[in-house]
Amino acid sequence: MKILTKEIDTPGLTGIEVYEKTLDGYQSLKKAFEKKPEEIVEMVKASGLRGRGGAGFPTGLKWSFLAKDVFPRYLACNADESEPGTCKDRELMEKNPHLLIEGMILCSYACRINTAYCYLRGEFRHIQRVFDKAIEEAYAKGYLGKNILGSGFDLEMYSHLGAGAYICGEESALLSSLEGCRGEPRLKPPFPAVEGLYSKPTIVNNVETLCVVPFIVNEGAEAYAAIGTEKSKGTKLISVSGHVNKPGNYEVPMGTPTSVIINEHAGGIRNGNKLKAFIPGGSSVPMLPADKVDVPYDYESIAEAGSMLGSGALIVMDDTTNVVAETLRLAYFYMHESCGKCTPCREGTRWMYQLLSQIEQGNGKPDQVELLDDICDNMSFKCFCPLGDAAVGPVASSIKYFREDYEELIADAKAGV
Amino acid sequence: MFVFSEESEKEIERNLAKYPFKKSALLPLLHVAQDQEGYVTPEAMEEIGKRLDVSPAYVESVATFYTMFHTRPVGKYVILFCHNISCKLLGADDLLDYTAKKLGIEVGGTTTDKKFTLLREECLAACCGGPMMRVNEDFHEFLTKDKIDKILASLP
Ligand SMILES: Cc1cc2nc3c(=O)[nH]c(=O)nc-3n(C[C@H](O)[C@H](O)[C@H](O)COP(=O)(O)O)c2cc1C
Ligand code: SF4
Ligand code: FES
Repeated sequence: MKILTKEIDTPGLTGIEVYEKTLDGYQSLKKAFEKKPEEIVEMVKASGLRGRGGAGFPTGLKWSFLAKDVFPRYLACNADESEPGTCKDRELMEKNPHLLIEGMILCSYACRINTAYCYLRGEFRHIQRVFDKAIEEAYAKGYLGKNILGSGFDLEMYSHLGAGAYICGEESALLSSLEGCRGEPRLKPPFPAVEGLYSKPTIVNNVETLCVVPFIVNEGAEAYAAIGTEKSKGTKLISVSGHVNKPGNYEVPMGTPTSVIINEHAGGIRNGNKLKAFIPGGSSVPMLPADKVDVPYDYESIAEAGSMLGSGALIVMDDTTNVVAETLRLAYFYMHESCGKCTPCREGTRWMYQLLSQIEQGNGKPDQVELLDDICDNMSFKCFCPLGDAAVGPVASSIKYFREDYEELIADAKAGV
Repeated sequence: MFVFSEESEKEIERNLAKYPFKKSALLPLLHVAQDQEGYVTPEAMEEIGKRLDVSPAYVESVATFYTMFHTRPVGKYVILFCHNISCKLLGADDLLDYTAKKLGIEVGGTTTDKKFTLLREECLAACCGGPMMRVNEDFHEFLTKDKIDKILASLP
């Protein structure tokens, strides 16, 4: 069952004519304009679609939270994609930019938005070119601009390029960045739907989320809700990376066992090795040990197993992996990307990095694992934005499940090996 | 004084048209300046400040927040080498060392002929193609020593 990646490898799909022909592109607009905007919001609610950017918040509900009667309103598509392990949005935009544009138009119509931005991370310069060309084509066909297809609905759409800062993926930091500021998160509430870009109601949605909307409008909410599990509807595009034979983005129905994704879709563990650990949802979520690999890939099951679905990036580590070394690299990442605004995150990420370095380099002391755990405790839910908690995820889980990797290194240090 | 080229002026205009408030064009204008000069000079920051009605200090405070703006000259080719987890699991560290040795520089440095700057980079959203690097705007995936040799040799 493919919704997002259907025909994605068709040559020339980035061009509007091929898109219209192969995927009935932009047909959903005609259907949408026959309905009232609120009806589209209801459809998205009924479909059960949840945001694919990391938090899994119900999309239709978010759209219905827009402050009433306040205009102008904005859409900011989140194409920052900087979470280690995650590369699904890039493939969608690179190969099928019109699907995203169509989704952005539907969202804008449903939410009565007349200006939409797509915030691309700075490193996506080449994708900005693809996207800008697609926008131009959509204008030429009358899918964007004034009075779209005679509906009376107007929409201007632009791309905006960031400049390298993971924190700009956080929705309020993204809006700050779009306003020409340092990408620092803002205090919530007010949430963007009430006070977002230029203090106006704003919808921030992930690329994959918006790419689902044309299917819902074309095929109906029930068709979408029929896929997946009770509470996790639809398909999910999963980036499988690390020690597998066939790394890649795979679209599967929610609830597919993780082991099936690793062994069947991604071709199993490389060199016939054994699985040691996996990170189910991108670098920000807790890692899990091999014995949990049968967990169904959906929000609820992964949460029950002690982690999160996150951005949908499955990072696979085989039994040759030194978990401490990998955790150290992730700790470096969060130290590097902390925006520096609040103390627990700014100081905590650095301290974690320093301790992990000592341990990994063979200079660790026995009480340092406790200290690391303690720092995790003192950061959890005490940081200004979710980046601080994200930094805790890999460290705390690596200690929980792979303590012996730490102890081994520390024992070697004591013995002077 | 900093002078934007004719082409840059067109880009500036195109970007200013996107936003209801011109301060939003700050990152785009920094990109334009960097495209023109290779890096963002103090004079460029001053000129951008004038255009957007903000102080040069403000422009600098924003520019330095983002890793992609260079405030010092860089080589003709900027190599961003991903060392993050998915790439690391597949040997990125060794390949980065190899590239640095081959170019005869430290990570972060620029070759004396000003051709290459080598930077360590956090995940570039090409994790399923790791190890990977970005050379100027091009992504190169599934790197091996051999492939790196070929890519470097192919750059004029
Ligand atoms: C540090 C941080 C980085 C994030 N990066 C991204 C990102 O790159 N892309 C994304 O869509 N969401 C990212 N998010 C989540 C966004 O804040 C937001 O929840 C999401 O864009 C909402 O879209 P959705 O409802 O469609 O998921 C990030 C959150 C945090 C805290
Ligand atoms: S938690 Fe980290 S990234 Fe978030 S505001 Fe605090 S310092 Fe910045
Ligand atoms: S980890 Fe290297 S591109 Fe994502």
